[in-house]
Amino acid sequence: MPAAPASSSTGRYSVFAIAREALRLHSGWKRAWASPEPRRKYQVVIVGAGGHGLATAYYLGRNFGITDVAVIEKGWLGGGNTGRNTTIIRSNYLQDPSAAIYDKALKLYENLSQDLNYNIMFSPRGLLMLAQTEHEVRGYKRTAHANHLQGVATEWISPRRIKDMLPIINIDGPRYPVLGGLYQERAGTARHDAVAWGYARACSAMGMHIIQNCEVTGIETQGGKVAAVNTGKGRIECDKLALIAAGHSSVLADMAGFRLPIESLALQALVSEPIKPCCNLVIMANTVHGYLSQSDKGEMVIGGGTDGFNNYTQRGSWHHVEETVRALIETFPMLSRLKMLRQWGGIVDMTGDRSPILSATPVGNIFVNCGWGTGGFKAIPGSGWAMAELVAQGRPGPLAADFGLDRFAQGRFIDESVAAGVAH
Amino acid sequence: MLTLTCPYCGIAAEETELQPGGEAHLKRFGPGSSDAEFEAYLFARRNPKGVHFERWRHAYGCGKWFMAARDTATLQVYGTYKAQTPFPTPEIVAAIQHRHPQWRPDFDATSPTPTSAPEGLTQ
Repeated sequence: MPAAPASSSTGRYSVFAIAREALRLHSGWKRAWASPEPRRKYQVVIVGAGGHGLATAYYLGRNFGITDVAVIEKGWLGGGNTGRNTTIIRSNYLQDPSAAIYDKALKLYENLSQDLNYNIMFSPRGLLMLAQTEHEVRGYKRTAHANHLQGVATEWISPRRIKDMLPIINIDGPRYPVLGGLYQERAGTARHDAVAWGYARACSAMGMHIIQNCEVTGIETQGGKVAAVNTGKGRIECDKLALIAAGHSSVLADMAGFRLPIESLALQALVSEPIKPCCNLVIMANTVHGYLSQSDKGEMVIGGGTDGFNNYTQRGSWHHVEETVRALIETFPMLSRLKMLRQWGGIVDMTGDRSPILSATPVGNIFVNCGWGTGGFKAIPGSGWAMAELVAQGRPGPLAADFGLDRFAQGRFIDESVAAGVAH
Repeated sequence: MLTLTCPYCGIAAEETELQPGGEAHLKRFGPGSSDAEFEAYLFARRNPKGVHFERWRHAYGCGKWFMAARDTATLQVYGTYKAQTPFPTPEIVAAIQHRHPQWRPDFDATSPTPTSAPEGLTQ
């Protein structure tokens, strides 16, 4: 794979660059990406400079040679769900189309630091999904068999082995005993901000424009096709428009005159004070709606469930924090002694079958990539890869083929809501 | 915590004793409808950033379904009303317009009959 093109404005990061900059007191580092004023027209305009939007732009340039691209962003780059998730990366999904796109993403993540020449701190530390009810035991064994057929390496492991891997766990709690787990060794975490920054730097180096603080206020169509977007920084014409705005997808679709099968909900997470290393795995406990990992700084990163009502406020409900922590404490008693430092929320775009939408739309040359719900971060490279195919060719490639909007009319769901539980 | 007043028992109920039920005033499509209508009824939601009419159930209280007008951008509650109300009441509309003077309902809140609710609201 070719490395990300290095331009004179960004420079290539290497051990030699560090040594050179050390000698001149780090005075030579350049900004990682440019902040240009928008041009009047682009071939492709992408709305949303989060991981998915930037990855789409990157693979449009790298795989299809399309670099006349603007990525416009309402706030700051990576400030939405890309900077608000719990950084979990895994591909142990039940349904074949999901496994294909998430495993593509995982494989791209494995080489992404080299590919982008930007350290995304990918840490394949292993991921364990705890089975704490008989129902989950059967569900995860089924997923393990499905993963085996899909060529995704996962295994069903015993409570004893879980206790050996993770001494802080209490496997025989009275209410939620650990009955086993679905283990994926290749799964792990990455630095979420760095994923957005790395893609942004590579896109900027290819000559694409990343325009922050530029909210879309309207979408102009002409003869059933997109003509331009109106933004806080003026009118921008485009041949093709990709809406990749997660929780705000419905708002953008409304501007273009169609509806999406999506509802926006708040999902929240919290981190504890930093402590010494005690947890070298990512743990997901879907029965109690909690997931847990330890960051490189030592904080315990805890994710909870979504609120039940529509919400655009990037806040979560206090009682969900209580619910999540209360349930996790039985399985991880040591958490009860920790202070929680920060809590935040993001707006997730939930579809009925808990699977994403990568699709053409009722308006010509408008494409959507949304509906990743609670699990979008892990999919970023695969989502960008598949979306670039869709935007460049005007029709989905093999990864996106099953994720079209038409599946809702046809009843052809990719039902992960029972497979992955509420949180994933 | 979100607090909604149940229009049946009058209790200011906390979120934890309520069950959310999604968008309100949906027009049901079933046998005999087109595929597009049925799909829209099942899946296509307004999901607005702003005023949202929705269904709630006072699950750990009187058990009844009711409607709420709420703002998804600010979490402000404009009011609640009974589930038998075909569309938001004039009081609810007034409460919304008190906060958003430019907001206009796309239904006739003063009409006494449910049939006057336009397609825009009932899809």
